[in-house]
Amino acid sequence: MTQDWPLYEVFVRGKRGLNHVHVGSLHAADDAMALTHARDLYTRRNEGVSIWVVRSEHIAASTRDEKDPFFAPSADKVYRHPTFYDIPDDVPHI
Amino acid sequence: MVGREVGVSMTSTGTEASAAGWDEARLSEQFDATIAKDQRIEPRDWMPDGYRRTLIRQIAQHAHSEIIGMQPEGDWITRAPSLRRKAILFAKVQDEAGHGLYLYSAAETLGADRAELTDALIEGRQKYSSIFNYPTPTFADVGVIGWFVDGAAICNQVPLCRCSYGPYARAMVRVCKEESFHQRQGYELLLTMMRGTDGQRAMVQDAVDRWWWPSLMMFGPPDDDSPNSARSMAWKIKRHSNDELRQRFVDMTVPQAEKLGVTLPDPELSWNEERGHHDFGTPDWSELQRVISGDGPRNAERVSRRRAAHEEGAWVREAATAHAAKQAARTKKSEGAAA
Repeated sequence: MTQDWPLYEVFVRGKRGLNHVHVGSLHAADDAMALTHARDLYTRRNEGVSIWVVRSEHIAASTRDEKDPFFAPSADKVYRHPTFYDIPDDVPHI
Repeated sequence: MVGREVGVSMTSTGTEASAAGWDEARLSEQFDATIAKDQRIEPRDWMPDGYRRTLIRQIAQHAHSEIIGMQPEGDWITRAPSLRRKAILFAKVQDEAGHGLYLYSAAETLGADRAELTDALIEGRQKYSSIFNYPTPTFADVGVIGWFVDGAAICNQVPLCRCSYGPYARAMVRVCKEESFHQRQGYELLLTMMRGTDGQRAMVQDAVDRWWWPSLMMFGPPDDDSPNSARSMAWKIKRHSNDELRQRFVDMTVPQAEKLGVTLPDPELSWNEERGHHDFGTPDWSELQRVISGDGPRNAERVSRRRAAHEEGAWVREAATAHAAKQAARTKKSEGAAA
């Protein structure tokens, strides 16, 4: 068995004004090839106007199993949400 | 392994979780709850080994089917009767390659290795859909493959867009969008031939006669002989049984056949008012077994051709790797000089 080319993650901007979104992965020998492969594989029908590729090994990610300690601080601060505040009904535009 | 891929799972399951002090029972409970809520399982989530193994096997087989599926129609690219048909066929076969690659990419999020998957295919350790082991002797076969085989694939794949494993479901969404073109170009091709000469009409009917039963077999063995189905349905990998999907395909295809003016080769085919579905005959399951176990009309040829393509492409892969290494070294050197 031969070693495969490195794995790249592919992100595509669907149209101007939108963020790049992760669409999948592919193997390529280098960055330039990863871009052309990504174009051939993920944008055959005008799905994108811009592509990012990044070596998968360069991505750091949170893990689901640490989601409680990792994301818990965002759950206990209800005052961060607009609905936390009581405003009389007759106050306009707020 | 962390960061090998966005969200790729640890291949040794549970390592992260045990670090967090969770036992398997609790993880399993969380997994079941996610499935019950109809939420998606994502690559880095804990999952039972059986779920991972089942998915890798299914996704790999699906990917291999797309890749092998390039061959029966690919044979007609150089012999297509017009530039229009050639361009369409080119695009379709390119899509099949794309579908294979989306799927290999999904399998890799489960810890499968791409090179190993290719080896498993060319060494005959993993299977692909039996339908691609049938020959394509006439151009009408290209049309019937689009109509029947891609039509059946749509029946199978649409429910997979809601499969519990996120990357597989997302790959299926992209595949299904493209598959509709495949089916329509096939049907249009057949319509054109049916408006042609008696010889062309006979050619279409002959292709229909040859592909109908193998297409019904694409949905797999009957439900009472499909041992793994129940578990896949409990895990929401599979949403409908083989027989349900087969029925859906028959009901969908019968009126299309009428419009086209061909006869489906099944004397038992008739509308059942009471059931609200068509009744139809039983495929020859021993034939499916024979083809799956390697004894179909084209099994050996398909695999040896895939192997040849892989082996003959080895020098390209090696050259690209060497080029990349050389470029990287050159960049490093010039950066060093600049500093």
